[in-house]
Amino acid sequence: MDEEKKIPEQLEQKPVEPKPLPVKKPKPKKDPRAKLYKPSQMLIMSSSPHLSTVDSVSRIMWTVIVALIPAVGMSVYYFGWAAIFMIVTCVAAALVTEALLNKLKGEAFTIKDGSAAITGLLLALTLPPSFDLSSAIIGVVFAIAVGKHIFGGLGYNIFNPALLGRAFLQASFPVAITTWTNPRTLVDAVSTATPLGGFKFEKLTTTFMDLLYGNTGGCLGETSAIVIIAGGLFLIIKKYADWRIPVSYLGTVFIFGGIFWLLNPSDYPSPWFHLFSGGLMLGAFFMATDMVTSPITPKGAWIFGVGAGILLVVIRLFGGLPEGVMYSILLMNAVTPLINRYTRPKYFGEPRA
Amino acid sequence: MAKAKSISYEFFKGFWEILPPFRLVLGLCPMLAVTKYVENGLGMGIATTFVLLFSNIIISSIKSVIPKKVRIASYIVIIATFVVIVELVMQAFFYSLFEKLGIFIPLIVVNCIILGRAEAFASKNPIHLSAADGLGIGLGYTMSLFFISAIREILGAGTFFGMHIMWGSYEPFAFMIEAPGAFICLGLLLAMMNLIPNKLSGAN
Repeated sequence: MDEEKKIPEQLEQKPVEPKPLPVKKPKPKKDPRAKLYKPSQMLIMSSSPHLSTVDSVSRIMWTVIVALIPAVGMSVYYFGWAAIFMIVTCVAAALVTEALLNKLKGEAFTIKDGSAAITGLLLALTLPPSFDLSSAIIGVVFAIAVGKHIFGGLGYNIFNPALLGRAFLQASFPVAITTWTNPRTLVDAVSTATPLGGFKFEKLTTTFMDLLYGNTGGCLGETSAIVIIAGGLFLIIKKYADWRIPVSYLGTVFIFGGIFWLLNPSDYPSPWFHLFSGGLMLGAFFMATDMVTSPITPKGAWIFGVGAGILLVVIRLFGGLPEGVMYSILLMNAVTPLINRYTRPKYFGEPRA
Repeated sequence: MAKAKSISYEFFKGFWEILPPFRLVLGLCPMLAVTKYVENGLGMGIATTFVLLFSNIIISSIKSVIPKKVRIASYIVIIATFVVIVELVMQAFFYSLFEKLGIFIPLIVVNCIILGRAEAFASKNPIHLSAADGLGIGLGYTMSLFFISAIREILGAGTFFGMHIMWGSYEPFAFMIEAPGAFICLGLLLAMMNLIPNKLSGAN
Protein backbone atom coordinates (compact mmCIF):
# COMPACT_ATOMS: atom_id res chain seq x y z
CA MET A 1 0.00 0.00 0.00
CA ASP A 2 2.80 2.38 0.84
CA GLU A 3 4.38 1.98 -2.53
CA GLU A 4 1.13 2.68 -4.27
CA LYS A 5 0.88 6.01 -2.56
CA LYS A 6 4.39 6.96 -3.41
CA ILE A 7 4.08 6.44 -7.11
CA PRO A 8 1.71 9.32 -7.86
CA GLU A 9 3.96 11.70 -5.96
CA GLN A 10 6.90 10.72 -8.05
CA LEU A 11 4.89 11.26 -11.16
CA GLU A 12 3.90 14.70 -10.11
CA GLN A 13 7.50 15.84 -10.02
CA LYS A 14 7.86 16.96 -13.54
CA PRO A 15 11.33 16.59 -14.97
CA VAL A 16 12.80 19.89 -16.04
CA GLU A 17 12.53 19.98 -19.77
CA PRO A 18 15.68 21.16 -21.49
CA LYS A 19 15.08 24.09 -23.74
CA PRO A 20 15.26 23.11 -27.38
CA LEU A 21 18.49 24.26 -28.88
CA PRO A 22 18.12 26.66 -31.75
CA VAL A 23 18.72 24.68 -34.93
CA LYS A 24 20.04 26.37 -37.98
CA LYS A 25 18.10 25.30 -40.96
CA PRO A 26 20.33 24.63 -43.95
CA LYS A 27 19.25 26.46 -47.05
CA PRO A 28 17.59 24.12 -49.51
CA LYS A 29 20.17 23.45 -52.15
CA LYS A 30 19.22 23.28 -55.73
CA ASP A 31 19.13 19.75 -57.01
CA PRO A 32 22.29 19.39 -59.10
CA ARG A 33 20.56 16.89 -61.34
CA ALA A 34 18.17 19.53 -62.53
CA LYS A 35 20.80 20.75 -64.94
CA LEU A 36 21.34 17.35 -66.49
CA TYR A 37 17.85 15.97 -66.73
CA LYS A 38 14.42 17.24 -67.45
CA PRO A 39 12.05 16.81 -64.50
CA SER A 40 10.23 13.98 -66.26
CA GLN A 41 13.43 11.98 -66.70
CA MET A 42 14.55 12.32 -63.13
CA LEU A 43 15.01 9.19 -61.08
CA ILE A 44 12.31 8.63 -58.55
CA MET A 45 13.58 7.53 -55.19
CA SER A 46 10.99 5.55 -53.30
CA SER A 47 10.64 2.29 -51.47
CA SER A 48 8.86 -0.70 -52.93
CA PRO A 49 6.36 -1.47 -54.42
CA HIS A 50 7.43 0.26 -57.59
CA LEU A 51 4.80 -1.11 -59.91
CA SER A 52 1.12 -0.53 -59.58
CA THR A 53 -1.83 -1.71 -61.59
CA VAL A 54 -5.03 0.01 -62.48
CA ASP A 55 -6.98 -2.72 -60.70
CA SER A 56 -8.91 -1.64 -57.67
CA VAL A 57 -11.75 -3.18 -55.69
CA SER A 58 -14.36 -1.14 -57.50
CA ARG A 59 -12.86 -1.84 -60.93
CA ILE A 60 -12.88 -5.59 -60.30
CA MET A 61 -16.38 -5.52 -58.91
CA TRP A 62 -17.81 -3.53 -61.79
CA THR A 63 -16.10 -5.87 -64.25
CA VAL A 64 -17.80 -8.81 -62.56
CA ILE A 65 -21.11 -7.01 -62.93
CA VAL A 66 -20.41 -6.48 -66.62
CA ALA A 67 -19.62 -10.17 -66.94
CA LEU A 68 -22.96 -10.99 -65.38
CA ILE A 69 -24.94 -8.84 -67.82
CA PRO A 70 -25.44 -11.64 -70.38
CA ALA A 71 -26.84 -13.91 -67.67
CA VAL A 72 -29.12 -11.12 -66.50
CA GLY A 73 -30.25 -10.56 -70.08
CA MET A 74 -31.08 -14.23 -70.56
CA SER A 75 -33.04 -14.36 -67.31
CA VAL A 76 -35.06 -11.33 -68.42
CA TYR A 77 -35.62 -12.98 -71.80
CA TYR A 78 -36.86 -16.19 -70.26
CA PHE A 79 -38.75 -14.93 -67.23
CA GLY A 80 -39.80 -11.43 -68.28
CA TRP A 81 -40.91 -8.86 -65.73
CA ALA A 82 -40.53 -11.24 -62.82
CA ALA A 83 -36.79 -11.30 -63.42
CA ILE A 84 -36.53 -7.54 -63.75
CA PHE A 85 -38.47 -6.92 -60.54
CA MET A 86 -36.45 -9.48 -58.66
CA ILE A 87 -33.07 -8.18 -59.79
CA VAL A 88 -33.90 -4.51 -59.27
CA THR A 89 -35.35 -5.20 -55.82
CA CYS A 90 -32.38 -7.25 -54.66
CA VAL A 91 -29.75 -4.82 -55.92
CA ALA A 92 -31.58 -1.84 -54.43
CA ALA A 93 -32.02 -3.62 -51.10
CA ALA A 94 -28.34 -4.53 -51.08
CA LEU A 95 -27.26 -0.94 -51.69
CA VAL A 96 -29.61 0.46 -49.04
CA THR A 97 -28.46 -2.10 -46.48
CA GLU A 98 -24.83 -1.39 -47.25
CA ALA A 99 -25.36 2.35 -46.83
CA LEU A 100 -27.24 1.92 -43.56
CA LEU A 101 -24.54 -0.32 -42.13
CA ASN A 102 -21.82 2.08 -43.26
CA LYS A 103 -23.69 4.82 -41.46
CA LEU A 104 -24.17 2.68 -38.37
CA LYS A 105 -20.52 1.71 -38.21
CA GLY A 106 -19.45 5.28 -38.89
CA GLU A 107 -17.24 4.42 -41.83
CA ALA A 108 -16.95 5.75 -45.37
CA PHE A 109 -19.72 4.73 -47.73
CA THR A 110 -18.76 1.69 -49.76
CA ILE A 111 -21.72 1.58 -52.10
CA LYS A 112 -19.75 2.72 -55.09
CA ASP A 113 -17.28 -0.15 -55.02
CA GLY A 114 -20.02 -2.38 -56.36
CA SER A 115 -19.51 -5.27 -53.95
CA ALA A 116 -22.96 -4.83 -52.43
CA ALA A 117 -24.51 -4.60 -55.88
CA ILE A 118 -22.84 -7.90 -56.82
CA THR A 119 -24.15 -9.60 -53.70
CA GLY A 120 -27.67 -8.43 -54.49
CA LEU A 121 -27.38 -9.39 -58.13
CA LEU A 122 -25.95 -12.86 -57.47
CA LEU A 123 -28.55 -13.54 -54.82
CA ALA A 124 -31.33 -12.49 -57.21
CA LEU A 125 -29.93 -14.82 -59.86
CA THR A 126 -30.13 -17.78 -57.48
CA LEU A 127 -33.80 -17.27 -56.63
CA PRO A 128 -36.75 -18.76 -58.43
CA PRO A 129 -38.65 -16.20 -60.53
CA SER A 130 -41.86 -16.57 -58.56
CA PHE A 131 -40.15 -15.93 -55.22
CA ASP A 132 -41.79 -13.40 -52.91
CA LEU A 133 -40.04 -10.03 -53.22
CA SER A 134 -40.30 -9.12 -49.53
CA SER A 135 -38.71 -12.43 -48.57
CA ALA A 136 -35.96 -11.76 -51.08
CA ILE A 137 -35.28 -8.41 -49.40
CA ILE A 138 -34.91 -10.18 -46.06
CA GLY A 139 -32.40 -12.53 -47.64
CA VAL A 140 -30.40 -9.64 -49.07
CA VAL A 141 -30.37 -7.82 -45.73
CA PHE A 142 -29.15 -11.00 -44.07
CA ALA A 143 -26.48 -11.50 -46.72
CA ILE A 144 -25.07 -7.99 -46.39
CA ALA A 145 -25.48 -7.50 -42.64
CA VAL A 146 -24.68 -10.93 -41.23
CA GLY A 147 -22.76 -12.34 -44.19
CA LYS A 148 -20.44 -9.40 -44.65
CA HIS A 149 -20.56 -6.55 -42.15
CA ILE A 150 -20.63 -8.61 -38.97
CA PHE A 151 -17.29 -10.04 -40.01
CA GLY A 152 -15.88 -6.56 -40.65
CA GLY A 153 -16.93 -5.75 -44.18
CA LEU A 154 -15.59 -6.63 -47.58
CA GLY A 155 -12.42 -8.65 -47.41
CA TYR A 156 -13.05 -10.06 -43.96
CA ASN A 157 -16.07 -12.22 -44.65
CA ILE A 158 -15.56 -15.97 -44.33
CA PHE A 159 -18.48 -16.98 -46.52
CA ASN A 160 -19.70 -15.69 -49.84
CA PRO A 161 -22.44 -13.26 -48.74
CA ALA A 162 -24.78 -14.01 -51.63
CA LEU A 163 -24.65 -17.75 -50.95
CA LEU A 164 -25.13 -17.18 -47.25
CA GLY A 165 -28.24 -15.15 -48.02
CA ARG A 166 -29.43 -17.95 -50.28
CA ALA A 167 -28.81 -20.53 -47.56
CA PHE A 168 -30.74 -18.38 -45.10
CA LEU A 169 -33.69 -18.19 -47.48
CA GLN A 170 -33.50 -21.90 -48.17
CA ALA A 171 -33.70 -22.63 -44.45
CA SER A 172 -36.44 -20.06 -43.86
CA PHE A 173 -38.75 -20.65 -46.79
CA PRO A 174 -38.03 -24.18 -47.98
CA VAL A 175 -41.24 -24.44 -49.96
CA ALA A 176 -41.27 -21.06 -51.67
CA ILE A 177 -37.66 -21.37 -52.78
CA THR A 178 -38.27 -24.65 -54.56
CA THR A 179 -41.38 -23.57 -56.44
CA TRP A 180 -40.35 -23.11 -60.04
CA THR A 181 -42.15 -21.62 -62.97
CA ASN A 182 -41.57 -22.41 -66.59
CA PRO A 183 -39.78 -19.95 -68.78
CA ARG A 184 -42.32 -18.23 -70.97
CA THR A 185 -41.05 -19.92 -74.12
CA LEU A 186 -42.59 -23.17 -72.91
CA VAL A 187 -46.21 -24.03 -72.40
CA ASP A 188 -47.70 -21.74 -69.79
CA ALA A 189 -47.82 -24.20 -66.97
CA VAL A 190 -48.09 -22.80 -63.47
CA SER A 191 -45.17 -24.60 -61.98
CA THR A 192 -42.61 -27.05 -63.15
CA ALA A 193 -39.66 -29.06 -61.96
CA THR A 194 -36.06 -28.11 -62.49
CA PRO A 195 -34.04 -30.52 -64.59
CA LEU A 196 -32.22 -31.72 -61.48
CA GLY A 197 -35.34 -32.06 -59.39
CA GLY A 198 -37.10 -33.80 -62.23
CA PHE A 199 -34.32 -36.31 -62.56
CA LYS A 200 -33.94 -36.89 -58.87
CA PHE A 201 -37.57 -37.38 -58.00
CA GLU A 202 -39.20 -38.51 -61.23
CA LYS A 203 -36.31 -39.67 -63.45
CA LEU A 204 -37.17 -37.11 -66.11
CA THR A 205 -34.41 -36.12 -68.46
CA THR A 206 -33.97 -32.80 -70.16
CA THR A 207 -32.45 -32.40 -73.58
CA PHE A 208 -28.93 -31.11 -73.76
CA MET A 209 -29.73 -28.17 -76.00
CA ASP A 210 -32.41 -26.94 -73.62
CA LEU A 211 -29.90 -27.05 -70.79
CA LEU A 212 -27.30 -25.21 -72.82
CA TYR A 213 -29.59 -22.37 -73.81
CA GLY A 214 -31.52 -22.32 -70.57
CA ASN A 215 -34.96 -23.24 -71.81
CA THR A 216 -35.79 -25.01 -68.54
CA GLY A 217 -37.28 -24.27 -65.19
CA GLY A 218 -34.93 -23.04 -62.53
CA CYS A 219 -33.52 -20.05 -60.77
CA LEU A 220 -33.29 -16.76 -62.60
CA GLY A 221 -29.66 -16.89 -63.58
CA GLU A 222 -28.86 -20.56 -63.58
CA THR A 223 -30.86 -21.84 -66.51
CA SER A 224 -28.71 -20.73 -69.41
CA ALA A 225 -25.27 -22.29 -69.22
CA ILE A 226 -23.82 -20.77 -72.35
CA VAL A 227 -24.03 -17.09 -71.36
CA ILE A 228 -22.65 -17.80 -67.92
CA ILE A 229 -19.68 -19.58 -69.48
CA ALA A 230 -19.15 -16.56 -71.71
CA GLY A 231 -19.19 -14.17 -68.76
CA GLY A 232 -16.93 -16.47 -66.77
CA LEU A 233 -14.39 -16.74 -69.58
CA PHE A 234 -14.35 -12.95 -69.80
CA LEU A 235 -13.46 -12.76 -66.10
CA ILE A 236 -10.78 -15.41 -66.46
CA ILE A 237 -9.21 -13.60 -69.43
CA LYS A 238 -9.21 -10.40 -67.40
CA LYS A 239 -7.59 -12.48 -64.61
CA TYR A 240 -10.22 -11.41 -62.12
CA ALA A 241 -11.16 -15.01 -61.55
CA ASP A 242 -8.69 -17.82 -60.90
CA TRP A 243 -9.10 -20.29 -63.79
CA ARG A 244 -8.02 -23.17 -61.59
CA ILE A 245 -11.18 -23.04 -59.49
CA PRO A 246 -13.81 -23.45 -62.24
CA VAL A 247 -11.60 -25.93 -64.10
CA SER A 248 -11.03 -28.13 -61.07
CA TYR A 249 -14.60 -27.74 -59.83
CA LEU A 250 -16.23 -28.58 -63.15
CA GLY A 251 -13.63 -31.23 -63.95
CA THR A 252 -14.18 -33.01 -60.66
CA VAL A 253 -17.93 -32.95 -61.12
CA PHE A 254 -17.51 -34.35 -64.64
CA ILE A 255 -15.14 -37.14 -63.63
CA PHE A 256 -16.70 -38.05 -60.29
CA GLY A 257 -20.24 -37.82 -61.67
CA GLY A 258 -19.09 -39.76 -64.74
CA ILE A 259 -17.80 -42.63 -62.64
CA PHE A 260 -21.23 -43.15 -61.15
CA TRP A 261 -22.85 -42.84 -64.55
CA LEU A 262 -20.55 -45.52 -65.96
CA LEU A 263 -21.35 -47.80 -63.04
CA ASN A 264 -25.08 -47.45 -63.43
CA PRO A 265 -26.36 -45.30 -66.31
CA SER A 266 -30.02 -45.88 -65.47
CA ASP A 267 -29.86 -44.53 -61.93
CA TYR A 268 -27.31 -41.75 -62.25
CA PRO A 269 -27.38 -38.84 -64.70
CA SER A 270 -24.68 -38.40 -67.30
CA PRO A 271 -21.74 -36.12 -66.52
CA TRP A 272 -22.91 -33.67 -69.18
CA PHE A 273 -26.21 -33.35 -67.42
CA HIS A 274 -24.33 -32.68 -64.17
CA LEU A 275 -22.31 -29.93 -65.77
CA PHE A 276 -25.05 -27.99 -67.49
CA SER A 277 -27.94 -28.29 -65.08
CA GLY A 278 -28.70 -26.40 -61.91
CA GLY A 279 -26.57 -23.58 -60.62
CA LEU A 280 -23.23 -25.25 -61.24
CA MET A 281 -22.02 -22.90 -63.97
CA LEU A 282 -23.05 -19.77 -62.06
CA GLY A 283 -21.51 -21.15 -58.89
CA ALA A 284 -18.29 -22.28 -60.52
CA PHE A 285 -17.57 -19.08 -62.42
CA PHE A 286 -19.01 -16.37 -60.19
CA MET A 287 -19.32 -17.67 -56.64
CA ALA A 288 -16.52 -20.14 -56.08
CA THR A 289 -14.07 -17.67 -57.60
CA ASP A 290 -14.95 -14.93 -55.12
CA MET A 291 -11.53 -13.52 -54.27
CA VAL A 292 -12.26 -13.05 -50.59
CA THR A 293 -13.55 -16.50 -49.80
CA SER A 294 -11.43 -18.74 -52.00
CA PRO A 295 -7.82 -19.83 -51.41
CA ILE A 296 -5.08 -17.50 -52.58
CA THR A 297 -2.48 -20.10 -53.47
CA PRO A 298 -2.59 -21.98 -56.81
CA LYS A 299 -2.39 -25.33 -55.07
CA GLY A 300 -5.13 -24.22 -52.70
CA ALA A 301 -7.36 -23.29 -55.64
CA TRP A 302 -7.08 -26.84 -56.99
CA ILE A 303 -7.93 -28.33 -53.60
CA PHE A 304 -10.86 -25.94 -53.26
CA GLY A 305 -12.30 -26.87 -56.66
CA VAL A 306 -11.84 -30.61 -56.25
CA GLY A 307 -13.34 -30.55 -52.75
CA ALA A 308 -16.36 -28.56 -53.89
CA GLY A 309 -16.83 -30.87 -56.86
CA ILE A 310 -16.83 -34.03 -54.75
CA LEU A 311 -19.22 -32.46 -52.25
CA LEU A 312 -21.53 -31.38 -55.05
CA VAL A 313 -21.79 -34.81 -56.63
CA VAL A 314 -22.31 -36.46 -53.26
CA ILE A 315 -25.10 -34.01 -52.37
CA ARG A 316 -26.76 -34.32 -55.78
CA LEU A 317 -26.69 -38.10 -55.92
CA PHE A 318 -27.09 -39.11 -52.29
CA GLY A 319 -28.38 -36.06 -50.42
CA GLY A 320 -31.92 -35.03 -49.74
CA LEU A 321 -31.72 -32.00 -51.99
CA PRO A 322 -31.59 -32.07 -55.78
CA GLU A 323 -28.99 -29.29 -55.88
CA GLY A 324 -25.81 -28.87 -53.86
CA VAL A 325 -23.84 -26.04 -55.44
CA MET A 326 -24.62 -23.65 -52.63
CA TYR A 327 -23.66 -25.98 -49.80
CA SER A 328 -20.60 -27.33 -51.58
CA ILE A 329 -19.17 -23.83 -52.02
CA LEU A 330 -20.14 -22.68 -48.53
CA LEU A 331 -18.50 -25.73 -46.99
CA MET A 332 -15.32 -25.15 -48.95
CA ASN A 333 -15.42 -21.46 -47.93
CA ALA A 334 -15.32 -22.65 -44.36
CA VAL A 335 -12.10 -24.61 -44.88
CA THR A 336 -10.44 -21.97 -47.03
CA PRO A 337 -8.33 -20.52 -44.18
CA LEU A 338 -7.09 -24.03 -43.47
CA ILE A 339 -6.26 -24.64 -47.14
CA ASN A 340 -4.39 -21.36 -47.27
CA ARG A 341 -2.36 -22.29 -44.24
CA TYR A 342 -1.31 -25.69 -45.54
CA THR A 343 -0.56 -24.65 -49.10
CA ARG A 344 1.62 -21.70 -48.22
CA PRO A 345 4.52 -21.77 -50.67
CA LYS A 346 7.96 -22.25 -49.15
CA TYR A 347 10.38 -19.43 -49.47
CA PHE A 348 13.79 -20.18 -50.85
CA GLY A 349 16.04 -21.82 -48.33
CA GLU A 350 13.34 -22.66 -45.84
CA PRO A 351 14.17 -25.92 -44.08
CA ARG A 352 11.84 -28.80 -44.65
CA ALA A 353 9.38 -29.38 -41.88
CA MET B 1 -12.86 -8.87 -2.54
CA ALA B 2 -13.48 -9.15 1.11
CA LYS B 3 -15.87 -6.25 0.98
CA ALA B 4 -19.23 -7.27 2.48
CA LYS B 5 -22.03 -7.19 -0.07
CA SER B 6 -25.68 -6.79 0.77
CA ILE B 7 -28.37 -9.35 0.00
CA SER B 8 -30.10 -7.01 -2.43
CA TYR B 9 -26.87 -6.47 -4.35
CA GLU B 10 -26.27 -10.21 -4.66
CA PHE B 11 -29.84 -10.67 -5.79
CA PHE B 12 -30.05 -7.91 -8.38
CA LYS B 13 -26.64 -8.38 -9.97
CA GLY B 14 -28.10 -11.37 -11.81
CA PHE B 15 -30.49 -9.14 -13.70
CA TRP B 16 -28.02 -6.87 -15.39
CA GLU B 17 -24.49 -6.74 -14.09
CA ILE B 18 -23.64 -10.40 -14.66
CA LEU B 19 -26.86 -11.35 -16.44
CA PRO B 20 -26.44 -14.91 -17.69
CA PRO B 21 -25.80 -15.87 -20.38
CA PHE B 22 -25.15 -12.50 -21.94
CA ARG B 23 -22.64 -11.21 -19.40
CA LEU B 24 -21.73 -14.41 -17.64
CA VAL B 25 -21.27 -16.35 -20.86
CA LEU B 26 -22.21 -19.68 -19.31
CA GLY B 27 -25.11 -22.05 -19.79
CA LEU B 28 -25.15 -21.64 -23.53
CA CYS B 29 -26.13 -25.20 -24.43
CA PRO B 30 -29.65 -25.06 -23.00
CA MET B 31 -29.87 -21.51 -24.28
CA LEU B 32 -29.30 -22.73 -27.83
CA ALA B 33 -31.17 -25.99 -27.58
CA VAL B 34 -34.45 -25.39 -25.81
CA THR B 35 -35.41 -21.85 -26.82
CA LYS B 36 -37.45 -22.83 -29.87
CA TYR B 37 -40.68 -21.97 -28.10
CA VAL B 38 -41.43 -19.69 -25.17
CA GLU B 39 -42.96 -22.52 -23.18
CA ASN B 40 -39.78 -24.58 -23.40
CA GLY B 41 -37.53 -21.64 -22.58
CA LEU B 42 -39.55 -20.61 -19.56
CA GLY B 43 -39.80 -24.16 -18.26
CA MET B 44 -36.08 -24.64 -18.61
CA GLY B 45 -35.39 -21.34 -16.84
CA ILE B 46 -37.60 -22.16 -13.87
CA ALA B 47 -36.11 -25.64 -13.54
CA THR B 48 -32.62 -24.17 -13.59
CA THR B 49 -33.56 -21.51 -11.03
CA PHE B 50 -34.86 -24.14 -8.64
CA VAL B 51 -31.72 -26.24 -8.91
CA LEU B 52 -29.48 -23.19 -8.65
CA LEU B 53 -31.20 -21.83 -5.56
CA PHE B 54 -31.15 -25.05 -3.58
CA SER B 55 -27.73 -26.24 -4.66
CA ASN B 56 -26.32 -22.86 -3.64
CA ILE B 57 -28.00 -23.08 -0.23
CA ILE B 58 -26.84 -26.63 0.47
CA ILE B 59 -23.32 -26.11 -0.77
CA SER B 60 -22.98 -22.90 1.22
CA SER B 61 -24.22 -24.56 4.39
CA ILE B 62 -21.87 -27.56 4.22
CA LYS B 63 -18.90 -25.81 2.61
CA SER B 64 -16.79 -26.19 5.77
CA VAL B 65 -17.08 -29.99 5.84
CA ILE B 66 -16.35 -30.61 2.14
CA PRO B 67 -12.69 -31.57 1.63
CA LYS B 68 -11.05 -29.25 -0.91
CA LYS B 69 -9.82 -32.10 -3.10
CA VAL B 70 -13.21 -33.61 -3.80
CA ARG B 71 -15.27 -30.45 -3.82
CA ILE B 72 -16.25 -30.55 -7.51
CA ALA B 73 -17.50 -34.12 -7.19
CA SER B 74 -19.44 -33.17 -4.09
CA TYR B 75 -21.04 -30.21 -5.85
CA ILE B 76 -22.06 -32.42 -8.73
CA VAL B 77 -23.69 -34.93 -6.38
CA ILE B 78 -25.65 -32.16 -4.67
CA ILE B 79 -26.69 -30.58 -7.97
CA ALA B 80 -27.66 -33.95 -9.43
CA THR B 81 -29.90 -34.59 -6.43
CA PHE B 82 -31.92 -31.48 -7.16
CA VAL B 83 -32.00 -32.20 -10.87
CA VAL B 84 -33.52 -35.59 -10.14
CA ILE B 85 -36.14 -33.88 -8.00
CA VAL B 86 -36.96 -31.48 -10.84
CA GLU B 87 -37.09 -34.32 -13.32
CA LEU B 88 -39.47 -36.40 -11.24
CA VAL B 89 -41.72 -33.42 -10.45
CA MET B 90 -41.90 -32.50 -14.12
CA GLN B 91 -42.62 -36.06 -15.10
CA ALA B 92 -45.48 -36.16 -12.61
CA PHE B 93 -47.11 -32.78 -13.15
CA PHE B 94 -45.89 -31.28 -16.46
CA TYR B 95 -45.51 -34.33 -18.64
CA SER B 96 -45.87 -32.55 -21.98
CA LEU B 97 -43.16 -30.05 -21.07
CA PHE B 98 -41.02 -32.90 -19.79
CA GLU B 99 -41.32 -34.61 -23.17
CA LYS B 100 -40.40 -31.46 -25.05
CA LEU B 101 -37.33 -30.69 -22.98
CA GLY B 102 -36.25 -34.33 -23.03
CA ILE B 103 -32.55 -34.90 -22.44
CA PHE B 104 -31.96 -31.28 -21.47
CA ILE B 105 -33.54 -31.79 -18.04
CA PRO B 106 -30.91 -34.30 -16.88
CA LEU B 107 -28.31 -32.13 -18.56
CA ILE B 108 -29.01 -29.32 -16.09
CA VAL B 109 -26.46 -31.20 -13.95
CA VAL B 110 -23.69 -30.04 -16.23
CA ASN B 111 -25.02 -26.54 -16.78
CA CYS B 112 -21.95 -24.41 -16.19
CA ILE B 113 -23.88 -21.65 -14.45
CA ILE B 114 -24.82 -23.91 -11.55
CA LEU B 115 -21.39 -25.40 -11.05
CA GLY B 116 -19.85 -21.98 -11.66
CA ARG B 117 -21.93 -20.30 -8.97
CA ALA B 118 -21.23 -23.17 -6.57
CA GLU B 119 -17.49 -22.90 -7.07
CA ALA B 120 -17.24 -19.12 -7.38
CA PHE B 121 -19.82 -17.96 -4.89
CA ALA B 122 -21.60 -20.51 -2.67
CA SER B 123 -18.38 -22.13 -1.49
CA LYS B 124 -17.06 -18.80 -0.24
CA ASN B 125 -20.11 -16.97 1.06
CA PRO B 126 -22.67 -17.38 3.85
CA ILE B 127 -26.02 -19.03 3.26
CA HIS B 128 -28.24 -15.96 2.95
CA LEU B 129 -25.98 -14.36 0.33
CA SER B 130 -25.70 -17.63 -1.60
CA ALA B 131 -29.46 -17.99 -1.66
CA ALA B 132 -29.86 -14.44 -2.94
CA ASP B 133 -27.18 -15.06 -5.54
CA GLY B 134 -28.74 -18.32 -6.71
CA LEU B 135 -32.22 -16.87 -6.95
CA GLY B 136 -31.05 -13.70 -8.70
CA ILE B 137 -28.90 -15.48 -11.24
CA GLY B 138 -31.59 -18.09 -11.81
CA LEU B 139 -34.29 -15.50 -12.43
CA GLY B 140 -31.95 -13.52 -14.66
CA TYR B 141 -31.30 -16.67 -16.66
CA THR B 142 -35.02 -17.37 -16.88
CA MET B 143 -35.56 -13.84 -18.12
CA SER B 144 -32.91 -14.25 -20.82
CA LEU B 145 -34.30 -17.60 -21.91
CA PHE B 146 -37.78 -16.10 -22.06
CA PHE B 147 -36.52 -13.17 -24.11
CA ILE B 148 -34.55 -15.19 -26.65
CA SER B 149 -37.25 -17.83 -27.01
CA ALA B 150 -39.86 -15.11 -27.52
CA ILE B 151 -37.82 -13.65 -30.36
CA ARG B 152 -37.30 -17.05 -31.92
CA GLU B 153 -40.87 -18.21 -31.58
CA ILE B 154 -42.42 -14.98 -32.88
CA LEU B 155 -40.10 -14.78 -35.88
CA GLY B 156 -39.74 -18.47 -36.53
CA ALA B 157 -43.29 -19.68 -36.06
CA GLY B 158 -45.36 -16.49 -35.82
CA THR B 159 -46.72 -17.58 -32.45
CA PHE B 160 -46.31 -16.71 -28.78
CA PHE B 161 -47.09 -19.43 -26.24
CA GLY B 162 -48.60 -21.28 -29.16
CA MET B 163 -51.03 -18.47 -30.06
CA HIS B 164 -50.85 -16.84 -33.46
CA ILE B 165 -49.98 -13.22 -32.99
CA MET B 166 -48.58 -12.16 -36.36
CA TRP B 167 -50.75 -10.90 -39.19
CA GLY B 168 -52.39 -13.40 -41.49
CA SER B 169 -50.06 -13.25 -44.46
CA TYR B 170 -46.96 -13.40 -42.26
CA GLU B 171 -44.63 -16.05 -43.54
CA PRO B 172 -42.56 -17.35 -40.62
CA PHE B 173 -38.81 -17.81 -40.95
CA ALA B 174 -38.41 -21.45 -40.27
CA PHE B 175 -34.74 -20.52 -40.03
CA MET B 176 -35.15 -18.95 -36.59
CA ILE B 177 -36.34 -22.10 -34.91
CA GLU B 178 -33.60 -24.17 -36.49
CA ALA B 179 -30.22 -24.53 -34.80
CA PRO B 180 -28.38 -21.90 -36.90
CA GLY B 181 -31.10 -19.39 -36.06
CA ALA B 182 -30.32 -19.92 -32.38
CA PHE B 183 -26.63 -19.22 -32.90
CA ILE B 184 -27.23 -16.11 -34.96
CA CYS B 185 -29.89 -14.81 -32.58
CA LEU B 186 -27.62 -15.34 -29.59
CA GLY B 187 -24.68 -13.73 -31.37
CA LEU B 188 -26.64 -10.65 -32.33
CA LEU B 189 -28.04 -10.29 -28.81
CA LEU B 190 -24.54 -10.61 -27.32
CA ALA B 191 -23.33 -7.92 -29.71
CA MET B 192 -26.19 -5.65 -28.69
CA MET B 193 -25.55 -6.29 -24.99
CA ASN B 194 -22.03 -5.04 -25.53
CA LEU B 195 -23.05 -2.19 -27.78
CA ILE B 196 -25.71 -0.61 -25.56
CA PRO B 197 -23.57 -0.02 -22.43
CA ASN B 198 -20.73 1.21 -24.63
CA LYS B 199 -23.02 3.73 -26.28
CA LEU B 200 -24.48 4.78 -22.92
CA SER B 201 -21.12 5.33 -21.30
CA GLY B 202 -19.99 7.22 -24.38
CA ALA B 203 -17.00 4.96 -24.96
CA ASN B 204 -16.17 4.46 -28.60
